[in-house]
Amino acid sequence: MLVPEAVLDRAHEDVHKTQPWNNPDAVPYIRFENVTKKFGDFYAVDDVSLDIYRHELFALLGGSGCGKTTLLRMLAGFEEPTSGKIYIDGVDMDGVPAYERPTNMMFQSYALFPHMSVEQNVAFGLVQDGVSRSEIRELVAEMLGLVQMSKFAKRKPHQLSGGQRQRVALARSLIKRPKVLLLDEPLGALDKKLREQTQFELVNIQEKVGTTFVMVTHDQEEAMTMASRIAVMNEGVINQIGTPFELYEYPNSRYTANFLGQVNLIEGVLVDDDEKYAVIKSDEAGCEIYIDHAVQGHEGMTFWAAIRPERLRLTKEAPEDTKYNCVSGKVEEIGYLGGISTYHVRLASGKRIKVTEPNSTRQIEPRYTWEDSVWVSWEAGAASVLNQ
Amino acid sequence: MSGKRSTFLISALAFGFAFLYVPILLVIIYSFNEGKLVTVWSGFSTKWYVSLFNNDGMIDAAWNSLRIGVMSATLALALGTPAGLVMSRFGRFKGRTLFSGMIAAPLVMPEVITGLSLLLLFVTLEQIVGWPAGRGISTITIAHSTFCAAYVAVVVQSRLSGMDISVEEAAMDLGAKPGKIFFVITLPMILPALLAGWLLSFTLSLDDLVIASFVAGPGSTTLPMKVFSSVRLGVSPEINALATLIILAVSILIVIASIMILRSERMRNRTANASDI
Repeated sequence: MLVPEAVLDRAHEDVHKTQPWNNPDAVPYIRFENVTKKFGDFYAVDDVSLDIYRHELFALLGGSGCGKTTLLRMLAGFEEPTSGKIYIDGVDMDGVPAYERPTNMMFQSYALFPHMSVEQNVAFGLVQDGVSRSEIRELVAEMLGLVQMSKFAKRKPHQLSGGQRQRVALARSLIKRPKVLLLDEPLGALDKKLREQTQFELVNIQEKVGTTFVMVTHDQEEAMTMASRIAVMNEGVINQIGTPFELYEYPNSRYTANFLGQVNLIEGVLVDDDEKYAVIKSDEAGCEIYIDHAVQGHEGMTFWAAIRPERLRLTKEAPEDTKYNCVSGKVEEIGYLGGISTYHVRLASGKRIKVTEPNSTRQIEPRYTWEDSVWVSWEAGAASVLNQ
Repeated sequence: MSGKRSTFLISALAFGFAFLYVPILLVIIYSFNEGKLVTVWSGFSTKWYVSLFNNDGMIDAAWNSLRIGVMSATLALALGTPAGLVMSRFGRFKGRTLFSGMIAAPLVMPEVITGLSLLLLFVTLEQIVGWPAGRGISTITIAHSTFCAAYVAVVVQSRLSGMDISVEEAAMDLGAKPGKIFFVITLPMILPALLAGWLLSFTLSLDDLVIASFVAGPGSTTLPMKVFSSVRLGVSPEINALATLIILAVSILIVIASIMILRSERMRNRTANASDI
């Protein structure tokens, strides 16, 4: 773990409550134990162990085919693991069919029953459980109120817009008060504006009902906005688990660094390693990178310095000290996005560095233009050092 | 657009339609012919319709055909639906290719062979177990339902393949057991396909001459058999009258179906627009 002590070392009582994963005594609510799922010769999920705690909004993040959906479907009971165990609230789920699990799922396609009205869709789960008619009516009305769909109770799914269908699907999966709510790309079918708005609504609803949410998404922004913790998956294995903050600031691999936000990866060789600092010499960047903490490794090892574009400083004049953390190049491309501008700077070696700068003051003309000679520099603490 | 081209297009269209519909039109016109000769017009009359309705053999045959159609279509639905379900929902199982091949075989099998083999089967069965005792309506019904079931299976399978499987998973997720899911979720969703399969089977059964001829017995003459045999004795204007009535019935059904489809589509559009506001 490359997370510094300072971040982890906040083991107060309240931290244990809000961050049960940092509490060694906390009992996980959902537990994957060495779970493997094979389809033929293909390992969809490869020896995954994972603990999820009560009241979490946990996100499984990864590209398509990384196994995140298979993991979710195994939790729901639609797939049986080839090997390994899954526990929910201490109960072994082996052999428990989907219709008896304490989970409910919100499908990517929403999967509403097209021949039933909104009301009947939401009531379906309760009807299966043999709940009395008057109670069903009461609970459905309450749930439709929660997702603000009371007006549309009598409509059929094909008479609803995408956002409304999403709400019905959410209501339907929440009405049985499942121990765990599973969400498969819950906002994937919505347009961008609606998606941003719905993200916060989902989080609010989760806080209101207190159910544990496990969500699958390929959208890193969505995962970071909503989740308490994220597991970044790639090719059937979990690369890293952490809070959005930990993953963004302290990625453990190039894959994670690349997947969450944007990053410049500068390859280099460790030339000086001390207890307090380390120096990486990069031919690619044509400079030496000074790191303000020790690096676990020996001299001569290859490392990558991962630096976020917004942590880089762009100047026309050379900084005072050009010995470390400073490269020069030419502005090759400019992207003006209003709030921020992004610059692609080509170094002498041919490597391109991406820099973003906030446009915090109004300007008469752009600060930099194409082919400007510029210096790119950064603080000693800006780079995280990766060895894989 | 040049005048020449449009004349060509219009005449091509006219020729095409004429090719399709003039024969049918002739049948309708000659059904009102007074004379006994089918091809010589000798004045207007409806007497062939009267004589058609007095022809007990023809009426009996029509009644037989309708009964066989309804029964075999229903039987085919009961057999074909599970087959379609297995093909689209049970994933890969051992012998799936064989199974799907065997389901598709009756679709391409020449009718003569189907008819002959079924006849042999019925005769052998009668000798061994004494059932079916002789050939008649029941044997025709069984024969028709065998190949109609194949059509139903194909229709149901294609409908199920186009259906989002997560709808059924959602039902299971919410606590419904597989058997219940089929009746509460799957069946209502494939109802249009079932209806289409039933109607298709009914039409095929009504239409069939070859297979029915093989497995028919005394007293089970179907309408196509009756028509065919009476045409062999010379085309009587009665047949024209019968054809006209069938054309009328089919046209009315098509018009009703089109109106229903149009209306449901319009309603769907209207509600879809309303939800956008």
